[in-house]
Amino acid sequence: MNINLTMIGQLIMFAMFTWFCMKFVWPPIVMAMEERKKRIEAGLLAAERGLSEQADAEQKAQEAIAQSKDQAAEIIANAARQASGMVEDAKDVAIQEADKVKAQAQAQLEQDTVRARNELKDQVAGLVMQGVNSVLAKEVDEKTHKEMLGKLSQSL
Amino acid sequence: MSAANEVITSSGYIKHHLQNLTYGQFPDGHWGLAHNAAEAKAMGFWAFHLDTLGVSFVLGSLFLTLFYRVGRKMSIDTPTGIQNFVESVIDFINENVRGSFNGKNPLVAPLALTVFIWIILMNTMDLVPVDWLPQVAQYIGSHFFGMDPHHIYFKVVPTTDPNATFGLAIGIFLLMLYYSIKVKGFGGFSAELTLHPFESKNLFIKVLLIPANFFLEFVSLIAKPVSHSLRLFGNMYAGEMIFILIALLPFWIQWTLSLPWAIFHILIVLLQAFIFMTLVIVYMDMAHDKGH
Repeated sequence: MNINLTMIGQLIMFAMFTWFCMKFVWPPIVMAMEERKKRIEAGLLAAERGLSEQADAEQKAQEAIAQSKDQAAEIIANAARQASGMVEDAKDVAIQEADKVKAQAQAQLEQDTVRARNELKDQVAGLVMQGVNSVLAKEVDEKTHKEMLGKLSQSL
Repeated sequence: MSAANEVITSSGYIKHHLQNLTYGQFPDGHWGLAHNAAEAKAMGFWAFHLDTLGVSFVLGSLFLTLFYRVGRKMSIDTPTGIQNFVESVIDFINENVRGSFNGKNPLVAPLALTVFIWIILMNTMDLVPVDWLPQVAQYIGSHFFGMDPHHIYFKVVPTTDPNATFGLAIGIFLLMLYYSIKVKGFGGFSAELTLHPFESKNLFIKVLLIPANFFLEFVSLIAKPVSHSLRLFGNMYAGEMIFILIALLPFWIQWTLSLPWAIFHILIVLLQAFIFMTLVIVYMDMAHDKGH
């Protein structure tokens, strides 16, 4: 147990080891640990932010859904109103059209009736003339009688 | 016991175990290995303990290599195996440094780490059965270097050599002086040594108190490295001594004592390393403390 140069040797070795440790061992390990700490912190922050963002987005989605529901209801109401209006209009148009057709038909009918009556008058006059002709034969002046009969048929 | 086929006395066995493998300058001027304790003593200061230096170098290199390799391959996202261990050690050191050291100095934490792990490893050599490594040394020495096995000494535990503990403590002491002067200035450091613990507002009394103050402060300053190194040395030396004494018993009964002592010694190994490291941090803090 003598105190000798070993002490100095140990001192130098100690200095060398400490220097090496400070220079090459300690920094990378501590840096990596710090880096990890930062990453974890950032991750936690991001997660928190994500959660609040999700809540926001959900709220927005709810709002949008409510809004679109309202819009849809409005659109449907509008459409129903429009449809009923269109039906009413169509009804009106149809009635007018029908009335017009009816009036036309009636007019036609009247015209036809008048024509038929006239024809019938003419035919009756012809027939009467024939009958009279065959009854009276020759002595009747065909021309004057025809005029007379024509006047008669006109008054029918 | 070493060399069962030879007659060795108990005291001879113990002495053999407490002798370092010494390489130094003989009184006649030539350098060589000491063949016995008397020759080693005669060498005086100009000698090296090859075992102390060798074992502590190997252990220190082991520690630095291991930590260096972990540091090179640090994984930030998926730490595994040895990296977890290293990180927990670093955390432990950091916690201690943050708790006791109030200054700012990037040297202190690596210094504490080096001291802590290195001393743990050196102390742990105590748990290797006392005859294993000396036997290996004797075998190598006698077979490869043709030495007389009786003249080959090998003291395994570096911290049972006061040279090792003093070397460490002196290193710390020099750092302490350096940072004291650097942080407080030469005047501040001198004032710290001369104006406490007895203080006075009166200038005359102040000057009068300087010798007493200086005496007290100087003794306490010198006591720091002495107690620092002797505490570690004393604990480890005593532990080693008891292992050697247990090894004197018949081999079949040894375990009844060596096992409990070894288990208890694990505590001492860690505790002494921890105390040494804590004192390093505290001394560094004192050197950086401008509070006085």
